[in-house]
Amino acid sequence: MSTLSAPKTADAPGKASAPKQHQDKYGPAARRAKRRSTALGLLAWVIGVVFCFPALWMLLTSLHSESDAATNPPSLTAPLTFDNFSSFFGAEGGASPWPPLINSVTASVFSTLFVLVLALPAAYALSIKPVRKWTDVMFFFLSTKMLPVVAGLLPVYLFAKNVGMLDNIWLLVILYTSMNLPIAVWMMQSFLADVPVSIIEAAQVDGARLPTVLMRVVAPVAAPGIAATALICFIFSWNELLFARVLTGVTAQTAPVFLTGFVTSQGLFLAQLCAASVVVSLPVLAAGFAAQDKLVQGLSLGAVK
Amino acid sequence: MSTSVSAAPPPAPPDPSPPAKSRPPAGPRSGRARAWATRAPLLPALIFLIAVTQLPFVATLFISLFDWNSLNPDARSFSGLSNYGSVFSDADLRDSVFTTMLLTATVVIASVVLGLLLALLLDREFRGRGFVRTLLITPFLLVPVSAALLWKHVLYNPEYGLLNGGWAWFTGLFGVENPSQPDWISDMPLLAVEASLVWQWTPFMMLILLAGLQSRPIDMMEAARLDGANAWQMFAFLTLPHLRRYLELGVLLGSIYIVQNFDAVFTITAGGLGTANLPYTIYQTFYQAHEYGLASAAGVVVVIGTIVIATFALRVVSSLFSEEAKRA
Repeated sequence: MSTLSAPKTADAPGKASAPKQHQDKYGPAARRAKRRSTALGLLAWVIGVVFCFPALWMLLTSLHSESDAATNPPSLTAPLTFDNFSSFFGAEGGASPWPPLINSVTASVFSTLFVLVLALPAAYALSIKPVRKWTDVMFFFLSTKMLPVVAGLLPVYLFAKNVGMLDNIWLLVILYTSMNLPIAVWMMQSFLADVPVSIIEAAQVDGARLPTVLMRVVAPVAAPGIAATALICFIFSWNELLFARVLTGVTAQTAPVFLTGFVTSQGLFLAQLCAASVVVSLPVLAAGFAAQDKLVQGLSLGAVK
Repeated sequence: MSTSVSAAPPPAPPDPSPPAKSRPPAGPRSGRARAWATRAPLLPALIFLIAVTQLPFVATLFISLFDWNSLNPDARSFSGLSNYGSVFSDADLRDSVFTTMLLTATVVIASVVLGLLLALLLDREFRGRGFVRTLLITPFLLVPVSAALLWKHVLYNPEYGLLNGGWAWFTGLFGVENPSQPDWISDMPLLAVEASLVWQWTPFMMLILLAGLQSRPIDMMEAARLDGANAWQMFAFLTLPHLRRYLELGVLLGSIYIVQNFDAVFTITAGGLGTANLPYTIYQTFYQAHEYGLASAAGVVVVIGTIVIATFALRVVSSLFSEEAKRA
């Protein structure tokens, strides 16, 4: 994926003084090809902007006053204001967004940590010192991910009700850990498999023990992949709605649940809703842009490099 | 689910190093101890996953055999497979099976086709390509609930939504005073949900297919170009066959996620107007109607449907995976 950001020198202007051997670059056929490629580049830009436009519009609406937001035809030039954000956090006329946001942070961060603690040893065992029938184990992990969530929801609900864990954020932490663990094992297996076995053996021959090997040899090579895995687990936990909706109520409500309730409890305030959506989406957008290069590998369970 | 596990995997590659070399020789008892030492790091993750994901499903299977409404707990009784009979004879549930298939197929096909076109466009070099890619993946990175709320209120709203507002602005340029202003969600509810999902999932397909395009062997493409193949021939005979696996992967992963979609259906239409898919219907059956037995039977039906997809999915992923194992 890194080739995407490779410097593009080919179409740089200012290189007009062409040497002789590049004469054909300026022939009519080449000019047509160049014009065509410029047009396609432009098309990509237009489609990119159109595609992103609803999200940009949400951001713009969140910066408008309520009366400017709900106009037809829409207004691009209405004055900008941060009032919606301050009244969202000030909880004017509604519940404070802080408890749900803190719940979401708790659920996402702790489940991500637990995932790493469980998945790292497993991925290490599966990649660096292959267990016999290791692919069977890999596919078992993957098959749990394909079990639809709704099929286990009711027993989890009944269990939580009986042990008094309904509306408890730690129940979500456990569930999100199980939800992300298979993805994490697959991703990290593929990242750890990139560590050359010969380096590890060399370190062992030199007398390094396992912790030293892990810290000094494996970690530096696999660290970016592990970070990307963590970010993706964070995103999935942050986004989850069904479990949170069914298993939490008031105290353990997460940000997505808060968002769905935000509309019904206050009537429809378009600009405020946009501000709330922007705030809730911001951590995921940041994590997603940060993990952009490894995102596709993670989302396709490490199958695509 | 575990039945599909044994079907797919390729044989494990031989251990790259003879054991005597990687470690100093030890006593005779160490063989079994070492086998356990290599397995031990796997156990916490395995045990945790079995407990949290497999046990509830076994419980669901069990509950599905009972006639059980939690509003009337005394009347709980063993009813055999009659809940399954209800799943297939109940018009609402049958409709939601059909809706799920239609929704999944439409969204997956549309987003794969759009994703392929965008990936081809982004595979070329042009100025600001990284930025355009970032613009394109933004829809996928919005929290699904935010995206659904955005479409429902900001875009589809009949009075001041962006779609109607933009249309009014556009027709206003030509002097039309009162253009038609459809109520998108009630006029075309399923299409409204599908459009928002296509918008969210096209970037995912684009990312996978772009990775596929960039893994094309350059020398083969060059050779074809020198042999005089035109752009269409290169696409049809080289690119498309190379992309086949990536297309399959995108379709299958997309299916698995979209079959399970809850956020968009719940938020945009609340399952109304014929948009209730199976996850939403199961949620409603158990959370609002309190029909535990029926909801569980419907859940098992979803699992069986998913196993069919997943069996193909595992085979596809395993073929990608075995290539990687060979490379390693």
